[in-house]
Parts: sequence; structure tokens; C-alpha cells
Amino acid sequence: MTLKQVVDNVAAMPASKKAVVDIKDLSLTFQTADGPVYALSEVDLTIEEGDFVSFIGPSGCGKTTLLRVIADLEKATGGEISINGVSPEAAREARAYGYVFQAPALLPWRSIERNVTLPLEIMDLSKEERIKRAHDALKLVELNGFEKKFPWQLSGGMQQRASIARALSFDADLLLMDEPFGALDEIVRDHLNEQLLKLWARTNKTVAFVTHSIPEAVYLSSKIVVMSPRPGRIIDVIETKFPKDRTLDIRETPEFLEIAHRVREGLRAGHGHDE
Amino acid sequence: MTQVKLDKFCLVGAVAALLALIFPLAGIDGDTGKQVAFVGDIPGLASAMALCVIAGAAFTWIGVRTIFHAFIILAVAVFGAWQAIDALYDYGVAGYASTGFWLFIISLWAFVWRAIDVIANYHSLETVKQQSANIIVPIAFGVWLLFVWEVVVSGFGVPQVLLPPPSMIGVRFVSSTDTMMADFYQTFVKAALSGYVMGCGSAFLVAIAVDRVPFLKRGLLPLGNMVSALPIIGVAPIMVMWFGFDWQSKAAVIVIMTFFPMLVNTVTGLNAAGKLEKDLMATYASGYWSTLFRLRLPAAMPFVFNALKINSTLALIGAIVAEFFGTPIVGMGFRISTEVGRMNIDMVWAEIALAALAGTAFYGAVAYVERKATSWHPSFRVRRH
Repeated sequence: MTLKQVVDNVAAMPASKKAVVDIKDLSLTFQTADGPVYALSEVDLTIEEGDFVSFIGPSGCGKTTLLRVIADLEKATGGEISINGVSPEAAREARAYGYVFQAPALLPWRSIERNVTLPLEIMDLSKEERIKRAHDALKLVELNGFEKKFPWQLSGGMQQRASIARALSFDADLLLMDEPFGALDEIVRDHLNEQLLKLWARTNKTVAFVTHSIPEAVYLSSKIVVMSPRPGRIIDVIETKFPKDRTLDIRETPEFLEIAHRVREGLRAGHGHDE
Repeated sequence: MTQVKLDKFCLVGAVAALLALIFPLAGIDGDTGKQVAFVGDIPGLASAMALCVIAGAAFTWIGVRTIFHAFIILAVAVFGAWQAIDALYDYGVAGYASTGFWLFIISLWAFVWRAIDVIANYHSLETVKQQSANIIVPIAFGVWLLFVWEVVVSGFGVPQVLLPPPSMIGVRFVSSTDTMMADFYQTFVKAALSGYVMGCGSAFLVAIAVDRVPFLKRGLLPLGNMVSALPIIGVAPIMVMWFGFDWQSKAAVIVIMTFFPMLVNTVTGLNAAGKLEKDLMATYASGYWSTLFRLRLPAAMPFVFNALKINSTLALIGAIVAEFFGTPIVGMGFRISTEVGRMNIDMVWAEIALAALAGTAFYGAVAYVERKATSWHPSFRVRRH
């Protein structure tokens, strides 16, 4: 990719986009028996429509907590947060996002198809509609043909793909992913990253993605949020200028290495506060 | 020269059968002062012993290597057992069995042991063959135990009041089918089943209420614990006073017995769903009842079935014991308590056998439903590709 292409890409972007997630001065303190734990403090962040935002940082930096606050699985203790202009709770009630957990969390008594139709069932869709959508979602993650299998009959990577299909099935515009490929080996991970990118390019969804892998963050994201622990806060936000239809080859380019270097520097600086 | 490994069980069988031919078969009749019977007088038994010697010697040498060999020695043992029973009853050995007879039983034991051992280790990829082998093992073992019971009781002449032989129990069982059916209907169908359904059903509903209303968990669980600790023989007469002599009082006793295991297991089961799965349901904005039916109850099923299995045996025990404290003149517990008084021990044993059959069948039925309902659980999973 030439520099000109990069510039063209930037130029092609619309000037102002709708903010999907808007966070101002957010903090979260857990009260524990050993005193308060400051999980998040002074977090300011805007995620725009069509962004692929990665949260990266050492364990304990609050990146998962931040994602859970966005998903209304944790409540912030200070600051403001809005999802699509409404509170996280209202957004959750409106099924505004699909969440992919670290583990597949497939229900073992349901077949893959019925696992994918679970959210659709809760949303009271008709049976034909459910089957059709499950079929489409499974096709997106290349799992068609495995509808009638049970989760334990699939490999770990396939199970995680099924859980992504489940998050995609009800077509929410926001996708929250909490280290979805953390437990998978490098090769499967690369493959799933590629698939995820294709999906993002095709559907124009907004993705928030937690990871602790620098190459993964740089490869996938349009925006990288570097976080540091105790208290969890944002220390750097890096925009990448790669096109949406990037391939694994960009990992060899100088731009890629430069961004990876900046992320690493950020992580090191954030870590330095502890020593 | 190749190493030859002798089959020890067949060796024991052959030697014991050979000695059985030599040692006296039966003791001396007190009245006549003569030996009751000789092997030579009983051609069937003599031929069976000889067959055991030959088959035992042959298989000692070649070994019981295939399932076919196992069935041959099993057939030899069955023929021997038949001849031994014949000798006991048709040739008057019953009550006078001596060294020769018992040596023959030891010989048969060795053959049956070896045969069952080989059949139990049989592996086949053909489901039908494998399943038949799996069924033959417990049946052969059970029949063998009944045979040993029969020959020991008859051979030593154990008084029937102490322990009747199984054949006598069987005869009594078959000849009093009408009484037994009436007892079964009264105790099992009316009392045990209705008590089981009411006890398990109400405990299940209360468990959901306990789950929904937190203060019930603190208030009701200890109370349920206390009720389950009440002695059944203290509760049963009170229940008879409250609910009358008929099956209703027995059902009440069973409700008390089965309530707590079901309650505790269901409450535990409702908490079995993982945090991750609960978060998942929260992201779908799934309400309490939706999460209950789609996640928590399915996850609780292994616990619920555990309680259903425990209670299936408790219910029958409860019904029988409760009948000791007042009942119309029908019922398994009533029959046992009256026939003991009349020294009809064979009838008592027939009722015990009926209770064992009914209890096993009931447990088996619940276990079968469990297998079908929770086939996803790791303990039942079958890999299907």
C-alpha cells in the first residue's frame, strides 16, 4: 500500500459520523472487603459508526470492565456514558449490541442451530424467520452444515465461530467482543481475524474488541485504545489508516510496524507507573 | 517349546468335578443308617460330573479364548446345575448333601465365573452383539446367585422359617398373583406413585418460589431440613390419624420423605448455570421467566433427576413402612406384617421380591427418562459424527 492510497482512504471517509458509544469522564470503583478497587477512572472515548476499536493493555487494566460497562453488565460509579444516545441499560433492553465472550458459552443441550436462534427466540421471532437468520449467520462464519451438531462435537475454534454467529444473528449494529480468540492457537486465530475483517468490511458494523495481542489489535482496528492498570485508564488512542479490505500481508509493512511500536511504547509507559 | 498357560479356573473346575465323583455325594439317613444316595445311582448327575471333568481338562489346556468357548463352558455349567437340582429333589439329596455334592457346586462355580469373566470382557463393534453380551452378564450372575441360594438352602436343609429356597418363593409368587396384584395396586400405584408425584412436584414448585423470593431460602430451607429429619415411624401413625387408613395417609408420609431431597437438589440445580451464561442471557435482555426456562431449568435437570432417582426408591419404602401403622386389609406392607405373624415366610419373601422388582423397574424408568432428557450431559454424551 502506498502513502497516496492511505491518504485517499482517509479522504474518502465522511467528515463527521454518528457516535455509537460516547463516554465522558467515566469511572468505576468496586467496593471490596480490602477497600475500594479503582477499576476505571477518567475514561473519555468516542466510538463512531463503522469503527473497529481495539482495547489493549495488560491484564487488570479494566479493558474487559469497560466493555462490560458499555454492555450494561457492570454499572459505572461516575461519569457519563451513552450508547446510540441512550443509557446502556436502555440500549441493552433494545438489544442494541451482540456480545461475544472469552469462552463460547454455548448451551450444551441445544444444537448449534438452536444456540444461534436463542436470542431470536427471546425476541419472539417466528420460527421460519429464526431458522432463516440462523442459517444466514452460520453461513457468515462458514459453519453451514453444522446446524444439527451439538457444541461438544465441534472444535474450540468452531465453537467460538458459532458464538459469533449467535451474536450476529439478530443483526445488531454494535458488536462487543471480549478476547474472543484468546484461547485459540495462532493459525486458527489468524484465520478468524481475516473472517472477522471481511465481515466488518461487508456489514459496516461497529466493533469494540478487547485483546492483549499487539499484532491482532493493529491488524484489525481502525482505532486502538491503549490502557494501563491501577487505576484503569486510557493512555493513548491511535488511529490506523489501513483500508477495510486489508490482508494479513500488511503485517510486514513499515506502517504496521510503526503503529505496533507506538502501541508497545504506550503499554511500556503505562506499566512504568507501577515500578 | 512354546509356553503353555493353563486356565486356572477350568483346572479348578475339572479337579473339583473329578473329586466330586470320588467323595460321597450325600450323608447318612438317621433312621435307616444308610447313605441316602450314590453318584452311581444318578446317571444324569454322574454324566454331568464327567462332562465337567472332560470340558474342564480340555479348556484348561486350550484356554477360554473366544466368546464361543465361554458359551460352551456356560452350557456345561447350566447342564450341571440342572442335574444338581434334579439330584436334590428327585433323588432325596436335599438336606443330606455331602462333600461330593459341594465339590461339584465348586466345580460349577469355577466354570460360571470363567464364562462370565470372558463374556464381560467381550467387545464388539456390532451394537446388537455388544448389547446382548452386556445383558447376559447380569442375568447369568443373578441366575447363578439364585441357584447357589437354592442348593445351599436345600442341601443343608435350612428351615423354611429362616430362609425359604427361591423356588418356593417363586411358586408362592405365581400361585398368589391375585393377592399380589391387589397389594401392588394399593401400595405402589395408589400410595407410592401419587405420593411421589405430589412430593416431587410440590418440592419442585417450592424450589422455584425459594429461588424467586430470597427470604424463603433462609426461612424455608432449614424448616424443610427439619421435616426431612422426622422419624418416619413417628410421622406415619399421625398421618394415619389425619388422613385415614387408606392410601392418602401413605401418600402423605411419602410427600414428607421425598419433599426435601427434591427441594435441595432443585435449589442447587437452579444455581448450576454459570455466570457467563447468565451474562449472555442478560445481553439479550431476557427476563426472569425466559432465563428460567431457557437456561436455568435445563441446567438444573441433572440435579432434578438425581432427586427423582433417590425419591423413586424412598417412595416405595415409605409406602410399605407406613402400612405397618394401619391400613385396609390390602397392601404390600400390610401383607408382610400379617404373614410374618402367620409364619408364612415364603409369602413375605414373595412380597419382598415384588417390592424389589417394582422398585428396580421404577428406578430404571426414571433413569431411562433422565438419559433421554439430559443426553447432552457429559456423563451420557455419545460422540456422533
